[in-house]
Amino acid sequence: MIAQILLGTAAAFLVVSLAGVYRIVTGPTAPDRVIAINLVGSNVVIVIAAIAAAIGEPGALDIALVYALLNFVLSIAISKFAVERGGFL
Amino acid sequence: MTPREIAVLLLAAGGVFFAVVAAIGLLRFPDVYTRAHSASKSDTLGAVLTLAAVALAFDAGLARVKTVLLVVFMFLTNPTAAHAIARAAADRGIEPWTTEDDE
Repeated sequence: MIAQILLGTAAAFLVVSLAGVYRIVTGPTAPDRVIAINLVGSNVVIVIAAIAAAIGEPGALDIALVYALLNFVLSIAISKFAVERGGFL
Repeated sequence: MTPREIAVLLLAAGGVFFAVVAAIGLLRFPDVYTRAHSASKSDTLGAVLTLAAVALAFDAGLARVKTVLLVVFMFLTNPTAAHAIARAAADRGIEPWTTEDDE
């Protein structure tokens, strides 16, 4: 029962990510795209964790942790180097 | 249904609700700053609720500790990243949306 709930949650998060994909494709400016990529990345982390719990594979949580770290570093790096001589942090 | 299943269902439903709210904000809001607002706050709350459901679904042990770490990490980093992106957008000279821009 818990496995079905978590798999349904993962499917719902995948569908929600399509809104982020739309914003990545049509976003008028670059920061729009970066924000949408950040949202899709955190949704992917949740999907990995939910599927890991649903199929009883705790090892996949390490992948989710690393993915969350990379997502954060990606956002910070892009917003740092998208600005001319970025010195805003 | 056992109490644990009910708790997992409620937390996951709340998480999906806030993720849908974040997606609607990302689609409907007019400029990058309002979209950052929607994406950072609503999506962080949805992520924390859903990961709490995942932590409840695991048996107690290392897996639950890792999921709680993931919750703390997303709670700290998601708004920070959105703040950095919005600040970069302001530095690039993107004007905020005002009611005069409404057609």
